[in-house]
Amino acid sequence: MALTTAPGATRRTGPVAPTPSRTAGRRAGLGRKVRDNLTGHTFLIGAVVCFAVFSWYPMVRGVVMSFQRTRRGETTWVGWDNYSRIIADPSFWTAWKNTFVFTGLALVLGYLVPFFVAILLNELRHAKGYLRVLVYLPVMLPPASALFLFKFYAYDPSEAGLFNAVLTALGLPTSEWMQSPTMTMPAMVIASTWMNMGGAVLIYLAALQNIPGELYEAAEIDGAGVWRRIVHVTVPQTRLILALLAMLQIVATMQLFIEPLILANGAGTQDSATSVAYLIYQHGFFQNDLNGAAALGVIMLVVLAGFSAVYLRLTARQD
Amino acid sequence: MAADSTTRTLISHAQLRRGRGRVLYWAVLTVVVAGFTLVFLGPLYWMVTGALKSGQEIAQTPPTLFPRDPQPGNYVDAWTNLDLAKLLFNTFYYATGAVVFQLVFDTAAAYALSKLRPVLGGLILGMMLATLMIPAMVLIVPQYVTVIDLPIVHVNLLDSPFAIWLPLVANAFNIFLLKRFFDSIPEDLMAAAVMDGASPLRTLWSIVLPMSRPILGVVAIFAVTAVWKDFLWPKLVMPSPETRTVSVGIYAFAGGTPMNVVIAASVIAAIPTVVLFLIFQRNIMSGLTTGGLKG
Repeated sequence: MALTTAPGATRRTGPVAPTPSRTAGRRAGLGRKVRDNLTGHTFLIGAVVCFAVFSWYPMVRGVVMSFQRTRRGETTWVGWDNYSRIIADPSFWTAWKNTFVFTGLALVLGYLVPFFVAILLNELRHAKGYLRVLVYLPVMLPPASALFLFKFYAYDPSEAGLFNAVLTALGLPTSEWMQSPTMTMPAMVIASTWMNMGGAVLIYLAALQNIPGELYEAAEIDGAGVWRRIVHVTVPQTRLILALLAMLQIVATMQLFIEPLILANGAGTQDSATSVAYLIYQHGFFQNDLNGAAALGVIMLVVLAGFSAVYLRLTARQD
Repeated sequence: MAADSTTRTLISHAQLRRGRGRVLYWAVLTVVVAGFTLVFLGPLYWMVTGALKSGQEIAQTPPTLFPRDPQPGNYVDAWTNLDLAKLLFNTFYYATGAVVFQLVFDTAAAYALSKLRPVLGGLILGMMLATLMIPAMVLIVPQYVTVIDLPIVHVNLLDSPFAIWLPLVANAFNIFLLKRFFDSIPEDLMAAAVMDGASPLRTLWSIVLPMSRPILGVVAIFAVTAVWKDFLWPKLVMPSPETRTVSVGIYAFAGGTPMNVVIAASVIAAIPTVVLFLIFQRNIMSGLTTGGLKG
């Protein structure tokens, strides 16, 4: 038992024995740390509240809403009812088919065209600024303005329309554009690409300027022609940007909304323009079915998350 | 044009200066300049002049290249019938507010995340960046439900400009852009200010912000164009004719208004962003490429 008194003795002289000055110092340090953190969080608070209310909370709320039904102010849990109702909507599969067709066509046109436009612009040594301004100009137009231009002037199904006039002048057959179920999608893709490609072109141009010239030099010495230089130097060197923009473009085009709304008055001829986003809008704000719309939103999120997973898988394997 | 100063690209300069290459280069350049002008400027020309044509002339085949009998009255009709002054003012008001709110809150947040680094800062940044993965259409319904009855305070923001301003603050891209810029400001500068007894606010105001003018300009310009171009969100949260934005207003009138007047209104609605672009094209393009995807 004599030992038990020993710790008391060591405690007094031990290295952790608090001296008055040290306690004060530590307290001041702690106080300062709390104060610094408080200052930091004060600067953050405005943005954090906005994120919480308008981003993080709605995310959770969207999922919760998709399993509920609100009628006359009363909310009940309904399981998968909203999902089965939305899937039973006759436009559901058409909307998905249209959205995928649009995304696919937009990838071919809106993804490859900007890349080759950027390669072309990068080779030109004159009128650089002018061409860049031109390509980006449509991006600055309000989409509603640009789409009214397409709707009324370009896609006029008579021969007075701009596109039909050009086709007639070239001796080609004219098209009914938005009046024709088969031309609706291509017409929307053309309008959308015209409006949006500027951003991609400028981003590719920036990436192309980072490619070391020696690589082209070496390829040329090895006897590679222009096309092989593109395939073996340009594409591998810009692979990351190419992959990233492909993903961003898929996510953006899957949300196709304003093009069908303005060009096709929503559904278009024989439902040929209905998109998933338009269906969300229809259910949520016209059929008074916010819960069904939320369920469709969740389905869309799952589909896009699936795309992202595949994308991450593919890019991870490449690196 | 100092061709030699630029680095080598796909095709060498030497090749472009030799006989056949030279001819080919100039041919391609001419075709590209003419083609691009036609494709990108042509529709805008068609829009501006088409709105000057009479209803008869617009339906004529083949279409006329110049308005034969210009009708500036279409633009006057658009201005008065659609009350464009009011619509433009609303949009301008929302855009200005969006710039102020984004600059104040996003700058403060990015500064805290970059320099003050409070506890959980990394987690907060991660959660903010995660919102970039969520497509806007997925959130539109729950966001709308939130705005018509804000949690806890139970305020309805419909027809209030805050319904546009506050959700725009939750812009992870801005936070990312600003934080990355602030990260590049040397720590020594900040330390010197702290040594002189400057508070964090003071350091932000007199050291960080003056150095960040270019990036603040980019954020401001993008805020204005985002508000000007947005359609569905303002359509949902600004339902009254008095609070509409210009795009939504034109859409609302499009059904019962002559085509040329709708186009004239669309031209007027596009002027502010086009002018903004022509003035700030350098900032916009550099912001898009450096801020976007180089890191």
